[in-house]
Amino acid sequence: MRRRVAVLAAACTLFHLPAALAAADGEWPMASRDYAGTRYSPLTQVTAQNVGQLRLAFDFDTGVRKGQEAAPIVVGDTMYVVTPFPNYVFALDLTKPGANVKWKFDPKTKASAQGVACCDVVNRGLAFDGGRIFLNTLDTTTIALDAATGKELWRMTLGDISKGETVTMSPLVVKGKVFVGNSGGEMGVRGWLTALDAATGKIAWRAYSTGPDKDVLIGPSFNPHYSGDKGQDLGVKTWPPEAWKIGGGTVWSFLSYDPELDLVFSGTGNPGPWNPEQRPGANKWTSGIFARRPDTGEAIWYYQWSPHDVHDYDGVNESVLVDLPLGGSKRKVLLHPDRNGYVYVVDRTTGEVISADPYVYVTSSYGVDLGTGALRYNEQKQPKGGKTIHDICPGSPGGKDWQPSAWSPRTKLLYIPHQNICQDADTYETSYIAGTPYVGTDVKMKVGPGGFRGQFDAWDPVARKKVWSISEKFPVWSGALVTAGDVAFYGTMDGFFKAVDAKTGKVLWQFRTESGVISQPVSYQGPDGKQYIAILDGVGGWAGAVVSGDLDIRDGGAANGFVNVMRDLPQYTKKGGKLYVFTLP
Amino acid sequence: MLVAAALAAARAHADERVVRFCVDPDNLPYSNADGSGFEVRIARIVAADMHARAQLVWFPLKRFFVRKTLKAGLCDVIPGVPVGFDPVLATRAYYRSTYAFVSRPSGPASFDDPRLSRARIGVQLVSNDLATTPPGHALAAKGMIDNVRGFVAYGDGPAAQRMVQALAAGELDTAVIWGPQAAYFAARAAVPLQVKTAAVPPGLDGIPFQYSIAMGVKRGNRALRDELDAALARRHDEIRAVLAEYRVPLVEAGGGGS
Repeated sequence: MRRRVAVLAAACTLFHLPAALAAADGEWPMASRDYAGTRYSPLTQVTAQNVGQLRLAFDFDTGVRKGQEAAPIVVGDTMYVVTPFPNYVFALDLTKPGANVKWKFDPKTKASAQGVACCDVVNRGLAFDGGRIFLNTLDTTTIALDAATGKELWRMTLGDISKGETVTMSPLVVKGKVFVGNSGGEMGVRGWLTALDAATGKIAWRAYSTGPDKDVLIGPSFNPHYSGDKGQDLGVKTWPPEAWKIGGGTVWSFLSYDPELDLVFSGTGNPGPWNPEQRPGANKWTSGIFARRPDTGEAIWYYQWSPHDVHDYDGVNESVLVDLPLGGSKRKVLLHPDRNGYVYVVDRTTGEVISADPYVYVTSSYGVDLGTGALRYNEQKQPKGGKTIHDICPGSPGGKDWQPSAWSPRTKLLYIPHQNICQDADTYETSYIAGTPYVGTDVKMKVGPGGFRGQFDAWDPVARKKVWSISEKFPVWSGALVTAGDVAFYGTMDGFFKAVDAKTGKVLWQFRTESGVISQPVSYQGPDGKQYIAILDGVGGWAGAVVSGDLDIRDGGAANGFVNVMRDLPQYTKKGGKLYVFTLP
Repeated sequence: MLVAAALAAARAHADERVVRFCVDPDNLPYSNADGSGFEVRIARIVAADMHARAQLVWFPLKRFFVRKTLKAGLCDVIPGVPVGFDPVLATRAYYRSTYAFVSRPSGPASFDDPRLSRARIGVQLVSNDLATTPPGHALAAKGMIDNVRGFVAYGDGPAAQRMVQALAAGELDTAVIWGPQAAYFAARAAVPLQVKTAAVPPGLDGIPFQYSIAMGVKRGNRALRDELDAALARRHDEIRAVLAEYRVPLVEAGGGGS
């Protein structure tokens, strides 16, 4: 660990992070870096003054050419990189010039998993804990590897790809348990969060997002803030009979954990795949967030961002845990920029919404009623069979999709990468699956007001406003990173990796990557004591499938309508899958 | 001698015309890897008319099927696509079918049946958000929600098969299933079941209920489309005989609903 302990001690006096994670300052042991999900690096060598001198230190080609959404993780002298399907893992020796491959692991992910993944075959990153690397593969298997050797220690298959289940999320490891959730809400999958014993892979508990209380792990400790979330078996009663069994609510994005409150926070995906008129009711517990005990899985509270969601507004976006001075007292809150277009500030001890403000142009709702917690929908924008609805904003990918934001305890700003996309919904596209013809929803996404498709914002959650914003041609589909040198980083789909002044938003440095960037930047301290910044290129994901999946640009309905608004992406970038690592001279 | 014979064989092989059809290896009554299924039979009839051999390219009929097969150059033809299915260029239709009620004998057989409001009804679902099959729309328009159960496309066997199993097990009173699948699985049920084609229901807001089925080729490949059109026309009677063998319910175009 060299001199990192001293640096950590100094840093701790500067700020408070709720997660007193044991990771050294120079490490990045999980996709979000810490349990609070801040993506904040306490390293200070790279500053707004010198970031312009960043140079490529080394690169590494993963050989995989699908959408790269993962964060490389760094523990000790080793970096671990996971690729999209087939989910190879590479361990790179950072003590060697050019970072030689120490070992490579091929999980032999089932090829058939590719056919059911909705939005490219991405993987959102590994997790390190107790000498082990934890990997989720697309075919719903969780695998533990010996971090030193890459030897497989155990594997556990958690779902069924023949039913449309996949896993794309990055696992979270808390108190000897690995937390994994499924993807596939479009396919009639029933969502769950599962805890596995980190030592053996044995399933400790599974909490479903729909169904009776016993399946959702709702018991006597459950105490939601709003009365609408109180009552027996709401995961059954807020659905037509049986519909909850295929009700969606998958748990496919980042989780966070507060060690002091001993709560894991997990968002649930949209309800599906039933037409909205055939699933009247709030459709609990979809498009919301649970706070659960990691040991038992029991639910402590829940809040529903989008009750009876009709717009594909998954509630899975990250919750960043921070303590804020609000109304004269310090509140333990979570910051959550939701797909539905609002940045929520929620009391993480109770689930009470303190504020919810739009960070994008919103037509699908009028705001959040802070008395009842209810999202006030605009009925005019609700899709109905046989009708065309124009200008639903935000569109199905939401104001922000999976791409995680970052929080700086120095600037007290949340850095939000997001898109600016609206859509028209039309129900007249003839289609068929497995030989059954039908007329599906033909979603055509389009550019939101202003003419740009993406933004990188700095958001002040106390003042409840945008402090600065950078507009981008394409959706900003990469994650964000912010450092103690007051520099924020993000990547663009047309292939630039950028560093900006965290206080002002001024672009200070950029690097042209071979492919578009949709992954998660990280920062670490190398064995030589220098600060490094790392990012993968490789455009793809839902937004970039037009390139990674070779989609026909004439087919605007491809990738669930996203291609319509991304037709020009192939002119700007190509497929890729390379790691780039930068440092100061 | 041997070399010359081998060359001749190779030439004969090279001269043989091959038309490649992308079909699901496990999706009866349409196709199965064992060579059964009416789409396989029809593909062979059409290829023979074109003095070609039908080469079957097995590929699961799931999402991105067209992109991964036809658009990737894996095959020349996808049989059994609905007319109006935009990603492909469609041939003339070789049959038109509709959704059918499958019930126990003398069970519900139409959307007007007063017993429906108390019946447990199964409908097929598809994998996209916000989409159900047309019978689901029709039932919702009649206010039937709580007694309707949706069956998703993916699972242990086709949705139509699982619905017929649920009927046989007494978990459903009736199911509205796409015609070709309704007939096929009902005939193989553990209990006697009736199959009655459904009249086009009201309340669909222009959503089609009956569909004309054609073969699909890559967009722009008019030459192949024209050849297939001619072959489908010439072999009309043979194709009808195959459809009859599989008891595919047929309706005439203009029957309303689309």
